[in-house]
Amino acid sequence: MEAATVERAEPRVRTKKAKAPRTGTPWWMWLAVAAIVVFCLFPFYWLVNISLKTGPDLSSSDLFPPSPSLANYESIFRNDDFVRALGNSVIVSLVTTVLSLIFGSFCAYALARLRFKGKFFILGAVLSITTFPAIAIAAPIFQLWSSPPELFGVQLLPRLFDTIPGLIIPYITFTLPLAIYILTSFFKEIPKDLEEAALVDGATNFQAFYKVVIPLAAPGLATAGILTFIFAWNEFLLAVTLTSTPEARTVPAAIAFFTGSTQFEDPIGTISAASVIISIPLVLMVLLFQKRIVAGLTAGAVKG
Amino acid sequence: MEAASLPAGSEPPRARSRGLSERGLARLMVTPSLALIALVAAYPIGYAIWLSLNEYSVRVAGLSRWAGFKNYSTALGDSAFWDAFRTTFIFTGASVFLELVIGLAMAMAMHAAFKGQGLLRTVVLVPWAVLTVVTAIMWQSIFDPTLGLVNTLLGVDTVWLGSEPEALIVMIVADTWKTAPFMALLILAGLQVIPGDIYEAAKVDGASAWQRFVRITLPLLKPAILVALIFRTLDALRIFDLPFVLTGGANGTNTLSLISYETFQTNRILGLGSALAVLTFAVVMAVSFVYIRFVGGNIRGLAED
Repeated sequence: MEAATVERAEPRVRTKKAKAPRTGTPWWMWLAVAAIVVFCLFPFYWLVNISLKTGPDLSSSDLFPPSPSLANYESIFRNDDFVRALGNSVIVSLVTTVLSLIFGSFCAYALARLRFKGKFFILGAVLSITTFPAIAIAAPIFQLWSSPPELFGVQLLPRLFDTIPGLIIPYITFTLPLAIYILTSFFKEIPKDLEEAALVDGATNFQAFYKVVIPLAAPGLATAGILTFIFAWNEFLLAVTLTSTPEARTVPAAIAFFTGSTQFEDPIGTISAASVIISIPLVLMVLLFQKRIVAGLTAGAVKG
Repeated sequence: MEAASLPAGSEPPRARSRGLSERGLARLMVTPSLALIALVAAYPIGYAIWLSLNEYSVRVAGLSRWAGFKNYSTALGDSAFWDAFRTTFIFTGASVFLELVIGLAMAMAMHAAFKGQGLLRTVVLVPWAVLTVVTAIMWQSIFDPTLGLVNTLLGVDTVWLGSEPEALIVMIVADTWKTAPFMALLILAGLQVIPGDIYEAAKVDGASAWQRFVRITLPLLKPAILVALIFRTLDALRIFDLPFVLTGGANGTNTLSLISYETFQTNRILGLGSALAVLTFAVVMAVSFVYIRFVGGNIRGLAED
C-alpha cells in the first residue's frame, strides 16, 4: 500500500523537477533544508563532541574538542558492567525480534487468510495493547517474576526476576501488535493464487504458509523486524523495573545507573561515549533501511 | 473467501485429510500471541487492580491485608499525585503542540525539496532512532551550566535542571527534538497522497499560497495529523525515561508513570504504587476514549471521502 503510494507520488515529483531549472530552487528552500539538518543532527554532534573531550576540556563549551582523544571510549570498554550490558542488549533485542516475528507471522497469517471465528476480538485485543502504559503492568510483573505464584506447593513459574527471559517475554508482548499489524497487511497483498496452486499440488495449509507466503513477505518481515529490534534496544521502564544487577541489565538501564564513581575521568565524558556507542546500531539501521522504516511507521497512519 | 476457494474444487476436504483443518490451524497459529498477551497484559492489569486494593507490609514479605479503596483515597488526597498529573498534562500539551507545528513545517519543506528527499528522510530519522535515555543525556549536556552551549549562547548562568519551571522546559525541548521528526514523516506521507492538480486548479483560480495551505493542505491532511496526534499524545502521557534520567522527577518534572514507579520500586509501597499505576492507566484510557469518541469518527468519515 505504502510502496504503491510512494510510486504514485514519484512522477509528480519528477514533473516538478522538470520545472525547477527555469525558476531555480528558491533560497529559502535551502535555508529550510539546512535548518532541518542542523535541528536533527546538531544535538547528536554535540554528544560526539563531548565524548572526545577529556580532563579540563570538559568544563568548556567549545564546539570542537580542543585536544580530541578516544580515552573515554577506551575507558567505557574497560568497564565490565557496560560490556556485559551491551551483550545483554544484543541478546534481548535479537531474541525478541526473532520470536516476535515467528509468533506475529503466525497470528497475522491466521488473521489475513484463514477462516475462523473471533477474528475481530483477536484484532481488538492485539491493538488495545498499543495503548497500554507499561507502568500499569510493571508492578504486577515485577511481583510475578520476583515471587512466582504457587499452587498446592508447586511453583507455577520459574523465578524470572533479573533474568534475560524475564525481559524478553514482556518485550515480545509489546512488539507483537506492531508486527501483527504490519504482517497482516503484507500477507493480504500477496495474491491468493500462489497458495492455492501450492494447495492443489498437495501442500498443507501450513506448508503453503511457510514455503510460499513467508518468502514473498520478506520485505514485511524486514520492516517489522527492524521496528521490533529498535523498540527492544530502546526500552527503559521494564528494563529498570525487572532487573536489579548487571546480570540481566540492558544498556539503557546500565547507562542510567552509571555514575562513573570508580573512574578517574569525569563521568559525563564516559557517559557520552557510552551513549554514542549504543546509538551506533540504530543510526546504522536508519542509514541502511530508511525506506523500510518509513514504510512501517506510516503504514498505520495512512491506513488509519 | 468462499468464492475464491470454490474453483480449487476438492481443496477443503483434501487439506483436512492431510493436516489440520483450516480452523484448527488458525487456532494453533493465534494461540502463542494470545497466550502472551493474556500472561503479560491482561492478567497483570487484573493483578495490578488486586494489588491496589490491598496493603502490603514493607518489613514482612508476603504479608498483606485488604484495604479496599484506601490506597486510591490516599493517592487522590496527596498533592504529589496532582502535581504529577498537572506536570504530565502540561508536558503532553506543550510537547505535542510544538511537535505538530515543527513537524508540519518540516514535512512541508521536505515535500517541497526537489532534491535529496531520501537523504532528508534519513537525517530526520536520526532523532527518532536515538534512544530516549541518550536523548536525555544529550540535552542534559547541552543545558549543562558549565560545559553546555545554551548558557554560552544566551549569556546567562541558569542551572536549568535545578530550577522550576526550567527543568520542565528542558524536558519539553528534548521530547520535541526526538519526536517532531516522527510527526513530520507521518504528515509527509499524508502530503504525498494529495493530488497536485488541486493546487494547480486553485492557482488558476487565483488562490494565494496561504489560502492554498489553509483551504486545501490542512483539511486534506487532517486524517494524517489526527493519527499522529493520537500516537504522540498517548506516548507523552506515559512519559517515563526522560524525567527519570534528566532530573529523577525533581523540580516539577515528576510524571504519573514516574511517581508510580518511585512508590512501588524505590519506596516498596506496593499497594499505593499499584493504585497510582492503575490511575495512570485510567487516565491514558480516558484520553484515548475521548480521541476515539470525538476524533475517531472524524477519521473514519474523512477516510471514506
